[in-house]
Amino acid sequence: MAELLQFVFSGLTVGAIYALVALGFTLIYKASDIINFAQGEFVMLGGMTTVFVAQAGVSLPLAALIAVIVTTAIGLALHRFAIEPAREATSVALIMITIGASIFLRGMAQIIFDRRFHSLPPLFGADPIQFGGAAILPQSLVVLASATAIVIILWLFIERTIFGKAVIATAANRLAARLIGVDTRRIVAFSFAVSAAIGATAGVLITPIALTSYDAGTLLALKGFAAAMLGGIGSAPGAVVGGILIGMFEALAAGYVSSNYKDAVAFLIILIVLIAIPQGLFGRAKIERV
Amino acid sequence: MRNLLEIRLLPPLAVAAIFVTLPWFFPSAYYYRIGALVFIFALAVAGLNLLMGFAGQVSLGHAGFLGIGAYSVAVGPAHLGMPSWLCVFAGAALSAIVAFLVGRPILRLKGHYLAVATLGFGLLVAIVLTNEAGLTGGPDGMTVPRLLLFGWSVRGSDVWYWITGATFIVGFVLALNLMKSPTGRALQAIHDSEIAARLLGIDIARKKLAIFIISAVYASVAGSYLALFNGHVTPDVAGFLRSIELVAMVVLGGMGSILGSLVGAGLLVVLPQALTIFHEYEQALLGLILIVFMIFLRRGIVPSVAAVVSGWRK
Amino acid sequence: MKALRCVMAATAVGLFGFLAAGHEAAAQIKIGSVLSVSGPASFLGDPEKRTLEIYIDEINAKGGINGQKLQLVVYDDAGSADNARTFATRLVEEDKIVAMVGGSTTGSTLAMIPVFEEAKIPFISLAGAIQIIQPVRSWVFKTPHTDKMACEKIFADLKARNLTTIALISGTDAFGKSMRDQCVAVAPGVGVAIAIEESYGPRDSDMTPQLTNIRNKPGVQAVVNPGFGQGPAIVTRNYRQLGITLPLYQSHGVASKQFIDLAGPAAEGVRLPAAALLLADKLPPNDPQKSVVVNYSRTYQQKTGQAVSTFGGHAYDGLMILVEAMQRAKSADPAKVRDEIEKTKGYVGTGGIVNMSPTDHMGLDLSAFRMLEIKGGDWTLITGT
Repeated sequence: MAELLQFVFSGLTVGAIYALVALGFTLIYKASDIINFAQGEFVMLGGMTTVFVAQAGVSLPLAALIAVIVTTAIGLALHRFAIEPAREATSVALIMITIGASIFLRGMAQIIFDRRFHSLPPLFGADPIQFGGAAILPQSLVVLASATAIVIILWLFIERTIFGKAVIATAANRLAARLIGVDTRRIVAFSFAVSAAIGATAGVLITPIALTSYDAGTLLALKGFAAAMLGGIGSAPGAVVGGILIGMFEALAAGYVSSNYKDAVAFLIILIVLIAIPQGLFGRAKIERV
Repeated sequence: MRNLLEIRLLPPLAVAAIFVTLPWFFPSAYYYRIGALVFIFALAVAGLNLLMGFAGQVSLGHAGFLGIGAYSVAVGPAHLGMPSWLCVFAGAALSAIVAFLVGRPILRLKGHYLAVATLGFGLLVAIVLTNEAGLTGGPDGMTVPRLLLFGWSVRGSDVWYWITGATFIVGFVLALNLMKSPTGRALQAIHDSEIAARLLGIDIARKKLAIFIISAVYASVAGSYLALFNGHVTPDVAGFLRSIELVAMVVLGGMGSILGSLVGAGLLVVLPQALTIFHEYEQALLGLILIVFMIFLRRGIVPSVAAVVSGWRK
Repeated sequence: MKALRCVMAATAVGLFGFLAAGHEAAAQIKIGSVLSVSGPASFLGDPEKRTLEIYIDEINAKGGINGQKLQLVVYDDAGSADNARTFATRLVEEDKIVAMVGGSTTGSTLAMIPVFEEAKIPFISLAGAIQIIQPVRSWVFKTPHTDKMACEKIFADLKARNLTTIALISGTDAFGKSMRDQCVAVAPGVGVAIAIEESYGPRDSDMTPQLTNIRNKPGVQAVVNPGFGQGPAIVTRNYRQLGITLPLYQSHGVASKQFIDLAGPAAEGVRLPAAALLLADKLPPNDPQKSVVVNYSRTYQQKTGQAVSTFGGHAYDGLMILVEAMQRAKSADPAKVRDEIEKTKGYVGTGGIVNMSPTDHMGLDLSAFRMLEIKGGDWTLITGT
């Protein structure tokens, strides 16, 4: 019984990481239908920038703040210089642009930072919390709590502010939104900025558990994307649920089936779920009008 | 009628002409190798182009079929004692079967969901290839014995250049024929509007599946050639990065253009070689070039150039 | 459409530039290297590249070899064996190198071997697996210890502590898998039983399920972790997180002090086989490797600001063996250099003392590995090893 609990804790730890990354895909998709493959790099930049700024002597909280601000600026730059000039392009071309951006950011990170692995100290110490014969790190709970907090903040923002309503309008019908006076360019720029900030925050919180390096973004983006799709792209709670589910599948497969094939089991389950529920768990089925 | 025939075959003939004359300019075997690699990837990308550009179905896991073809010519001789040339066909057949089994359920998905499903497929293939070390040699890969054709051992970059180029041109012509055939036209209808296509009585599911299988076969043959050419195969032939590379080649060259497949493949094979002079900045520059191309040539190189040329004509 | 024309022009210029760039005058000895500087094996390739660059510069500053300067041509295969193969062809056909020191991974090395064998150019590989030099190929050598030796060293220490039943938890990357295979093959012959095996992906962030299964398996007396990069650090942290007190053995893939930094207090008491390089200053004064190792450590640390790594050390040894062979041959002719490499005797390197022969193209024996234990946040040598 204690071992099942340990597997669950592991699933929560890894799942919370995927959830935080998956959340970053949500807002940009909501505002512009774009899947931002550079999202993983935002996470990487959050962690790596904090490490290097702290190494230069800055206090850790300030370093983290600087990292989030720098990454947000990079997100805005990405939108301004790569996405905005191509706004009339097909979605495939736009996805290719974000892929190009992720390659570019990874390439620059190698040079500006280094190619080694790095860690950050956890927020509440490294001693695990013992519960029911299983151990979980306090940092895992921090990651989980942050994912939940971000979901709530996003929800409040979308539902309760005019800006949020503008995002929904832009997502529903861009032309109509512009016709009623919404500056869709600002909305999309804003969504990139916020997603970058979410990604950077994720990076800072994840690094004490998962370590970081210049190419940490690729695998995270892959799993985060899969999590977001599993939960239904565009749905923030869906992204979190999707992330946690994937983490759980992996941990339970590693524990009970075979550690060699844990990733395969997780992806197999995603495939099965998507075949059964084509729009993802919380996604809205698109109604096509003839 | 004759006019139609000429125009249709013009691009492959042009490619054939360049293919035959280019080697005069090759200073060393290295260029033959690059050429062969371009043709190998162009073949895989042509198949993917039929799927993505023509039928409008995104696949982020196409390298999985590349991997099946590549490992067929490694596992076949080593564990089943089959001759290499037979394994190329066996690999293609296996890919077709896998495409049929996998395609039926997942082609029902749309857009990004289909992308994730194909992503999952590609990853699964890569994971199996990595883990089943007894069969596949694991992460370090396997040696691939040389292709024996009529008792003669196929080796040398120049020989492979001719083989891969010829195969690509054949594949090119076949693809063009497919596009102009009733099946091809049905696919174009599906791409433009699935609902309208359905109203016209087109069996969408079957057509999509047919194209998926054909694109898998193209990739499989390309993968087999790659393994035979290199003499060695590793699981990253089926990896995620390879799949993304294939998609980039499709998009850069021009979705829906088979000639674009050659251009896209050419660009992404030659560019990393050319960028080595920038040492550390290789990767960053590659990303930058991708972005710039997509902003300014967003329909792909061949369609954009074609638009310019037809603009001049007027 | 102006933008289109600009882009096309730029591309054409770039491609022509590339075609033209390969043909420079060569009055220098060209040494080639294909390394996994970026990508999943950058943990190996990055220190290797830095080392080669530092020492080529140093050698040239002292006047070069046989009166000629050395020129290093490095390509990054990004961890892909296919790319490595293409770059190998390029080195041979275009850059016209006379010798090759490189091949960070076994996969890329195996892919490149046919190219160098056919071109008859000596190839000193920096990868670990035993099949690089077994069967012996006349043009292929290697500097790192084989993973088989690492297993043998660990098992010897286990037997000395009366531990005979172990668990294996290995990375699914090439390094971890290859060493795991060797350990499984070697174990029965030395009386070690492997009770349970688990694995993890090289970029995974939590291995507690696997370790829980290991902890719950009855009879396990020690745990061995073949792997490299960040995985071993996380395994070690998880190990303590779960409160497992059994002896933990890491592998030589852990390779640098950074492991201790990343694993933190959890690293206390961990043992691993390693080259003397990791100990540097702590070696006893009469140790034959001490001066080489201390010199290399200091130079590397000074020039890069990073802690030294045994993978960088393998590159150092490869380069020095090559250079000394060239000096003995008094020429850069590939065939003569190859013969001299094969005659390397008593070369004192970072990995050990190398004695090659026509049947042994690596030249290290088990004594090249020392058994280390982590105490007080630093390496200590377990004496008598």
